[in-house]
Amino acid sequence: MKFIKHEIPQKLITEDGLRTDGRRFHELRPIKLEVGILKRADGSAYIEQGRNKIMVAVYGPRELHPRHLALPDKALLRCFYRMASFSVEDRKSPAPSRREIELSKVIREALEPAIFLERFPKTAIDVFIEVLQADGGTRCASITSAALALADAGIPMRDLVSAVAVGKVDGHIVLDINDLEDKYGEGDMPTAMMPRKKEVTLIQLDGQWSIEEFKQGFELALKGCEQIYQLQREALKKRYIEIREQAAKEMGENAENT
Amino acid sequence: MPIYFQSKDIVLPGDLLAEGDYKAGTGTFKEDSKIYSAVIGLFEIRGKILRVISLEGTYIPRPNDVVIGKIVDVSATNWKVEIRAPYLANLPAANYFDKPIDPLKSDIRRYLNVGDIIVAKVVSFNRAQDPLLTTKERGLGKLRGGRIIEMSPTKIPRLIGRKGSMVNMIKEETGCRITVGQNGRVWVSCKTPEYEELIEKVIRKIELEAHTSGLTDRVRELIRKEKERLKK
Amino acid sequence: MQKIHKIASEIEKDSIISLAEKGKRLDGRGLEDFREVTIEAGVIEKAEGSAYVTLGDTKIMAGVKLEIGEPFPDTPDKGVFTVNAEFVPLASPVFEPGPPDEDAIELARVIDRGIRESEAIDLEKLCIIPGEKVWIAFIDIYILDHAGNLFDASTLGSITALLNTKMPEVKVENGEVKILDKLVSFPIRKIPVSVTFAKINDKLVVDPCIEEEHVMNARLTITMDENDNIVAMQKGGAGTLKTEDIYKAIEIAKVKTKELREKIPRGVSNG
Repeated sequence: MKFIKHEIPQKLITEDGLRTDGRRFHELRPIKLEVGILKRADGSAYIEQGRNKIMVAVYGPRELHPRHLALPDKALLRCFYRMASFSVEDRKSPAPSRREIELSKVIREALEPAIFLERFPKTAIDVFIEVLQADGGTRCASITSAALALADAGIPMRDLVSAVAVGKVDGHIVLDINDLEDKYGEGDMPTAMMPRKKEVTLIQLDGQWSIEEFKQGFELALKGCEQIYQLQREALKKRYIEIREQAAKEMGENAENT
Repeated sequence: MPIYFQSKDIVLPGDLLAEGDYKAGTGTFKEDSKIYSAVIGLFEIRGKILRVISLEGTYIPRPNDVVIGKIVDVSATNWKVEIRAPYLANLPAANYFDKPIDPLKSDIRRYLNVGDIIVAKVVSFNRAQDPLLTTKERGLGKLRGGRIIEMSPTKIPRLIGRKGSMVNMIKEETGCRITVGQNGRVWVSCKTPEYEELIEKVIRKIELEAHTSGLTDRVRELIRKEKERLKK
Repeated sequence: MQKIHKIASEIEKDSIISLAEKGKRLDGRGLEDFREVTIEAGVIEKAEGSAYVTLGDTKIMAGVKLEIGEPFPDTPDKGVFTVNAEFVPLASPVFEPGPPDEDAIELARVIDRGIRESEAIDLEKLCIIPGEKVWIAFIDIYILDHAGNLFDASTLGSITALLNTKMPEVKVENGEVKILDKLVSFPIRKIPVSVTFAKINDKLVVDPCIEEEHVMNARLTITMDENDNIVAMQKGGAGTLKTEDIYKAIEIAKVKTKELREKIPRGVSNG
């Protein structure tokens, strides 16, 4: 809430090398991932990363209207990144901003290489991203979550996509920047990759980075993506493994009763 | 030529399944001589063919599939049928009537109208053409009464079971009439609504636990318990 | 495609109707039963107030943002609030991206009416400098999963978010508004709650699920305050209602609004 006065720290990094939320340079924020949470969608996922809260739904492959948009040889991937009006300090108008339109595009292009679109000609695959609370690094958290929603929709993929932003904060290269570091730090580099072959599907950069800093940041981003990838795998499998365990238990009980 | 997983393991998109002289079956893809999973699903080894049985996904029509569809549009000589696929299917009047009809004289709406539910067979489907249906076979045509229950199309094989073992067991235990559409629609007609509700419970269980073993036994157990409850 | 999703199958229609005739429903509920309701307050820290409501499989998020702005000329000593509903395409295969359509606008206006007509918000307490500066509250409702009865889920979400809203105390010095550190509760004095009915053939069912909404003839929403005053009503759908339907619905709403009001988390607003 915007009326709680947050002290804007004089320093984003303490003398002990800690960040505003107490993390070390190479540490991710706590991440919670849930898959298959929406009933109506074909696939869905929810991510909390720090105070980011983002819901993603996938519909498709489905019939595409208007039909003239349909591609004869593959599915059309559409992506809509939107922020809820209450997701930020000052109320955001629900109409899409230029920023949201750009982010929708880069997110789509970060996901597209992973999807076998050619298996569903003339159809649409729609990815809807609703940022319920924004806390820095929303595009990366959106990609991480969208990859899970796509897998949950059963859409064939070459790989998952994992994303994280690194930043330059008080001269240090740090992993997974939060809101304050995003606003008051010197640079931001959102990165996404397909982990299997470490293929980069998103890279953006702002601020000033020396080539050395860039290299250091980029390598850190890839390491961060790898950690996030492991969390994605766990989240995808979790439901199915839990049901299996439950089923095994039920069989044991049935056996006892007979 | 190693295989990295065992049958029935849960695999994810991009997982390396095997290297070497194997064939990439459904749910997988090949790059160089490596076979990867394309979906979240259950790994299956069938001799040289490696497959991943998807746990989620939209229905994609295949010739000879029996599907349950909803009429959504009618023209003089054709019905448009929604079959839960990304493509609307066509049922030409010629594939419904035994004798040719004169579209100028008869209104085909009198036979099938918007909102009607049919069980039909997929004749053909390819990239150039929308799925084509027929109802000119025994057991196909308009469905009346009963209830439609939707489930994930990828889990239909589990509802059917090996050679129909699961669905036949459910029919025997409940005395309900059941028609299964490959497109994830199931038509049930029972003596009482309570039994239709029971079938829905059974379907939800199969849907949720499709990837577990011993499911037929657990489903039978559930039906028997529910039947006991209904008797009281 | 969107249109196709709204075509109810004849079989679905028949089975819902014949169940209703027997006093039963698809999911085993009685005609007057609500689905399970959960209400969580204060889930979005960046909002001044928020609530997440699930009603069966229906999920909505409501958030309140506050700003200081100008009052309307005809009510110079009163604050302002607006209700807006976003049918984001995440929530249903029939929702499309774009500005709110007539359904979203109807929903927002019915929620607005319940809050406004019950005088739930003490708008005079939102006045800072009469005629110049007042608090403006934006109540935004996001539909996340549309499995039927958005009205009741959204009413519960909106009023819970308002109860959960905190605002800073302000001081006026030389005509300038100064925002203080102390946070106080938003001035809520009534808790309007709605109950929505679907008329299926000649039966009324409470809290319709999406399948029932597809086959219903008409819909009726009744919003009541805690003194059993009716503060908003809205008929929807192309069918009709009879006098006895409406009278019966009011009697049911009287009981159900009380039950729902019990489920609203309180006390959280005195932060």
